[in-house]
Amino acid sequence: MAAKKTTKKANVSKEELLSYYRDMLLIRRFEEKAGQLYGMGLIGGFCHLYIGQEAVVVGLEAATKEGDKRITSYRDHGHMLACGMDPKGVMAELTGREGGYSKGKGGSMHMFSKEKHFYGGHGIVGAQVPLGAGLAFSDKYNGNDNVTFTYFGDGAANQGQVYEAFNMAALWDLPVIFVIENNEYAMGTAMARSTSTPDIYTRGAAFGIKGEAVDGMDVLAVKEASEKAVAHCRAGKGPYILEVKTYRYRGHSMSDPAKYRTREEVQKMRDERDCIEQVRDLLLTGKHATDDDLKAIDKEIKAVVNEAADFSKESPEPALEELYTDIYAEA
Amino acid sequence: MATEILMPALSPTMEEGTLAKWLVKEGDTVSSGDIMAEIETDKATMEFEAVDEGIIGKILIAEGTEGVAVNTAIAVLIEEGESADDIAAPASAPSPAAEAAVAEAPAAVARGPVEVVIPAEADLPEGTEMKSTTVREALRDAMAEEMRRTPEVFLMGEEVAEYQGAYKISQGLLDEFGAKRVIDTPITEHGFAGIGTGAAFGGLNPIVEFMTFNFAMQAIDHIINSAAKTLYMSGGQMGCPIVFRGPNGAAARVGAQHSHDYAAWYAQIPGLKVVMPYSAADAKGLLKSAIRDPNPVVFLENEILYGQSFDVPVLDDYTVPLGKAKIWRTGTDVTIVSFGIGMKYALEAADKLAEDGISAEVIDLRTLRPMDMPTVLESVKKTNRCVTVEEGFPVCSIGSYISSQIMQEAFDYLDAPVITCTGKDVPMPYAANLEKLALTTTAEVVEAVKAVTYR
Repeated sequence: MAAKKTTKKANVSKEELLSYYRDMLLIRRFEEKAGQLYGMGLIGGFCHLYIGQEAVVVGLEAATKEGDKRITSYRDHGHMLACGMDPKGVMAELTGREGGYSKGKGGSMHMFSKEKHFYGGHGIVGAQVPLGAGLAFSDKYNGNDNVTFTYFGDGAANQGQVYEAFNMAALWDLPVIFVIENNEYAMGTAMARSTSTPDIYTRGAAFGIKGEAVDGMDVLAVKEASEKAVAHCRAGKGPYILEVKTYRYRGHSMSDPAKYRTREEVQKMRDERDCIEQVRDLLLTGKHATDDDLKAIDKEIKAVVNEAADFSKESPEPALEELYTDIYAEA
Repeated sequence: MATEILMPALSPTMEEGTLAKWLVKEGDTVSSGDIMAEIETDKATMEFEAVDEGIIGKILIAEGTEGVAVNTAIAVLIEEGESADDIAAPASAPSPAAEAAVAEAPAAVARGPVEVVIPAEADLPEGTEMKSTTVREALRDAMAEEMRRTPEVFLMGEEVAEYQGAYKISQGLLDEFGAKRVIDTPITEHGFAGIGTGAAFGGLNPIVEFMTFNFAMQAIDHIINSAAKTLYMSGGQMGCPIVFRGPNGAAARVGAQHSHDYAAWYAQIPGLKVVMPYSAADAKGLLKSAIRDPNPVVFLENEILYGQSFDVPVLDDYTVPLGKAKIWRTGTDVTIVSFGIGMKYALEAADKLAEDGISAEVIDLRTLRPMDMPTVLESVKKTNRCVTVEEGFPVCSIGSYISSQIMQEAFDYLDAPVITCTGKDVPMPYAANLEKLALTTTAEVVEAVKAVTYR
């Protein structure tokens, strides 16, 4: 965790802090609930939880405007909630019901919202990187100042297509922020065993792409970095790389026992660096909120998540006719 | 001793060219490496260098001559002291390419010839003017017309812009549409297929050119996982209106890694449309439809067909619908189903068979997905026999699928088993004779038809 801390915490408003707290807490409670539903057999297949990494998407989203696009891998629930997609629709997709964002046909790894400019949800590691560059290409082609946030992990960072995309994004000055969510483990393989240099963002230098590492457990640091990257892209200066150093508390997916790291390592991160606890401390010590205020928010979030869970159970399975719909768009 | 200078082959598929310009004249001394002439191939204007030292004794082919066959003597090189007057006009040298010993079909039982019936073009307005056009020009015209029609259409790929296309398909497009819409990419198929797909998600209509579909194997993940499946995975929210196009299948003497026919691979994928035209008119009309289609379309061209000319209707907006087969010959004794360059063998076979009194109906599928099985089945119910023709591998081929469909839908109509003529089950060899053996031939189609008609 070598990322620098330059956050001007004093300048952060109460409203901002409360909104980050809320957004991060929603993701965490949602994911905990998803884990529970998986255990009950209501969610099937692969289910990759975002717990621990909440500050990454919440901090990055803080610098977005309407029209900006986002695309990520299969660990996508947090991204969808952070960009304002309805928790009910996301959870119902996890349970494979008709009320899900993809009518139950995509599942946890393949969800989209054209309305919220969320372009997936991609199950092939690294594939979203050129796709994200392509979304940015469309904005540049159309002459607007939208930015595409292209998220991928430290594991995907070793895919060749990432560097094919870096090259073209730099060559064509595409307005894309490559967000490397470095949670230290590519499934079960630690960074040191998979990646030749500790700082992935430095690879951008080979293509002339500016980048930096950010403390991904600190939502304010992420937000500040996001603003800087967004300004760079909106100004037409081409792509930018943010390597957000984060940590996932849970296994790679629900079926991963995570034997490749110690329980102590995870506990230490939870105790000392947790992104939600950090904001909670700021709210309390800054006298922006009382314990009771935060408890009220917790209760509110819990209600939203329970509502989503109920919806995801009550929504019917897709009609059998759905098997043969959405294969082709009408010409 | 006088040496003949022969018309060179300057591309794998070149059979003839234009001797555009002589840069030497009779009496000039040339040495190895000197540029002697400019020669226009079907793809480019090439400089032709001297290999041997000597004096240009006689120029046999005047500059400006078109259609000079490869290996024709174009000049004679003499040594010092020799006289050009002593040279007898040499005959053209035969092609060194080995004529493979392809077995001729067994002699048919003597029978009177039947008439070759070419059905009228039903969908064209009466009196439509036709213009002889190469497949290459037809493809270019289709892209240009669609780019004029919609600003969202753009072309990207290797060498499509400044080089004017590796096979000259995009000739002139950069000049007309500029670098914003005709984009040279680095050699990075996986990456630019992904960028193109992302741009289509973003609302544009990309045409992604692969220099050959052999190279698209690097990009096939995006074609299938990203482009073809997203509409379904998004519950109908997000389509991918993109065309992946380029030459597919065998050209000439380019070996195993440059000769693969991917028709059956892509035709298997729900969410993709797959087009494989034969004629220039279809190349144009189908490509225009493919560009307008809201779905990802894999458009498989053929390098050997690029230079071939066909009549193309002169219409402001000539389109051919995807998913509709074309009947090139109507017949009564057998149905021959093919697509792409396989149509060349199918039509040649039909003409030969007519001489032997066998009336073949020839169907060009044109689109492999969705496949126009109703047209095939209707024909088979009439002829009771079917032969399929393609250059791809035999296992799980397009022909295998057609054969299974006929078994399921028209079994009682069959008077003989369906025969699938395909490429052989081997990686493409380089040697000319082996390459010829590896591909299907007109003779094989004739033989297959005679087998199913018990002649």
